[in-house]
Amino acid sequence: MTEPLLDIRDLHVTYRTLGGSVPAVRGVSLSIQPGESVGVAGESGCGKSTVASTILRLQPRTAKVEGEVHVLGKDVVRMRWGRLRVLRWAEASMIFQGALHSLNPVQRIGDQIAEPMRLHDATVGKVAAARRVGELLEQVGLSAARARSYPHQLSGGQKQRVMIAMALACNPSLVVADEPTTALDVMVQAQVLDVMTGLVRELGIGLLLISHDLSVLSSTCDRVAVMYAGRVVESANAGRIFDDPQHPYSAALAAAFPRVGDPKSRYSPAGLAGDPPDPQRLPTGCTFHPRCHWAIEDCSRIDPRLEPAGTDRTDRMVACIRAGETVGEAT
Amino acid sequence: MSRLLSTRSLQVTFVGARGRRDAKAVDGVDIDIGEGEILALVGESGCGKTTLARTMLGLERPSAGLVSYGGQPLRYSVRALRAYRRRVQLILQDPTGALNPRQTVYESVAEGLRIHRLVERARKAGQRSSETELVARALGRAGLRPPERFFLSYPHELSGGQRQRVVIAGALALEPEVLVADEPVSSLDASIRGEILALLLRLREELGLSVLVVTHDLGLAWNIADRIAVMYLGRIVEVGSTEEVLGAPQHPYTRALLSVVPEMDQLAPIVLRGETPDPARIPSGCRFHPRCPALLDGTAAAAGISADCVGKALPVLAAEAGHAVACWLHPVEPTVAAGTAEVDQSETATRPAVPFSG
Repeated sequence: MTEPLLDIRDLHVTYRTLGGSVPAVRGVSLSIQPGESVGVAGESGCGKSTVASTILRLQPRTAKVEGEVHVLGKDVVRMRWGRLRVLRWAEASMIFQGALHSLNPVQRIGDQIAEPMRLHDATVGKVAAARRVGELLEQVGLSAARARSYPHQLSGGQKQRVMIAMALACNPSLVVADEPTTALDVMVQAQVLDVMTGLVRELGIGLLLISHDLSVLSSTCDRVAVMYAGRVVESANAGRIFDDPQHPYSAALAAAFPRVGDPKSRYSPAGLAGDPPDPQRLPTGCTFHPRCHWAIEDCSRIDPRLEPAGTDRTDRMVACIRAGETVGEAT
Repeated sequence: MSRLLSTRSLQVTFVGARGRRDAKAVDGVDIDIGEGEILALVGESGCGKTTLARTMLGLERPSAGLVSYGGQPLRYSVRALRAYRRRVQLILQDPTGALNPRQTVYESVAEGLRIHRLVERARKAGQRSSETELVARALGRAGLRPPERFFLSYPHELSGGQRQRVVIAGALALEPEVLVADEPVSSLDASIRGEILALLLRLREELGLSVLVVTHDLGLAWNIADRIAVMYLGRIVEVGSTEEVLGAPQHPYTRALLSVVPEMDQLAPIVLRGETPDPARIPSGCRFHPRCPALLDGTAAAAGISADCVGKALPVLAAEAGHAVACWLHPVEPTVAAGTAEVDQSETATRPAVPFSG
């Protein structure tokens, strides 16, 4: 087994706020091998974006990080600043959620893509940088001539591809994408996801894809972890988690995106009542039990651990005391 | 089902600035929404679906054609529009942006009542309902119970789903007959999405509301819509019952849209190149032909119609047609009666991948 590109071990992140400390991530472990894409799913506030931000150590100063985050074998949490600057962009890069607004409106996109290259390697000349920008644009399905465009001349999907090209500029081994297609519509989303999966396949990079849309993750990633209230509640092979979820929360997320043509979901949209818990006042026992249709008395007392479960025990982990029963079928 | 809100030969053109060409955002649309019907208007960004919805709300004026409500053409005087907007209410995509952050829930919902003087009107009509009662009733209908608990809350104290319910309550307070919802759940979390869609279904059931839901999400349409109209570059290209359009899609564009829904992994994805073209430069012939997979893979040539695809404009689909398609591969049959293209239910359930030759 090769060394993983990303190896997160027992990560805890706590935000210090005026109202006290808020535990956003409460013990998450995750790893990505070269050429592998891993998805993280969950509602807003479940801590998925916080996990992503610790990989490049982009979390705000108010955050206290415990645990280990290894990128290419090096611990990011305790890394010196100088080393961190080398890591960012060149070894691991990020595609942000609000990508459509993160381009500089008054700079040509070619110059914006070339910027990280020139910052990381002073020997890259203008001509070489321009050639590489052209290559990158073609890699993401835009013509090299687009380098001379300004962001306002591009559509939403094209801007998102520019962001991907920028993330690839310094040949990183790991790319973290936080909701990269949320603002795009289905056809453009399909185009952008095609580009990303193609890059994982061809360049052998590792991809961490974060989304609230389990259906997107299951069709793009190899493995998916579902997070709830700062913890992973289920992780499994991507297709299986959508088709055969074992944790009741994963089942609810999967059911939220109906299969078109499935008579069960016709005129009966599936939702999950209630709201995610306040991280400062987490329920006792399993944090999901107040919203769970399957909760029994023990659920409010026992905090379940992430354990192998289901028929595919080798690559499926579930944190639910009723995981052995056929929970998924209820929804 | 009698028709409530309809458009005929509707066109909306935005005049190009500084010598640019005019953009034909809506370029000939005939569509009907029946009483108590949920119609989904589906298409990519830039296809004109939001402009069509805004025109049906009276927020844009048609350049040609007309919008009619209850059989009467829509009039654009201030007074007529105010009365109309009480009956046809808009629900926006982003509830956080739609609510005033410094207004309490009560104020947000009561604002519409005050603008339309509904309390005074009710009193004149002999009903004695106070503003508080009307606000509470609207909040309750939108699923915020007990309503009194939410009166003094500010938007930042509510979850995303609750905020969207407040927006819906604001619309319901005016006792509308039609809701126009523009991507009502796309900015909400997956878990909340189903709850809001279930609310729309319940409102139709309990209050007999008609709903026009504008979306690019075919799963949403499958969840709640009775009928679907697929829009491409200002025109409806396929219309029919949800079972027909999603169960046996005929237009190559509808098929492509359906194939890229992430849940549809049994279909080979047909990822179209490029994006919806510029409404200022609508292609000749069939407006979809530059991106049409059936033209690219030779299906159209085999059927001997590729010259038509490129050169011959398609007629506007009639609102009365049942399942209708604007595509030269599917010559327009005189299908006037609804439900002529009956779909076998068992086939709908299993959804075989349909080849292009259809």
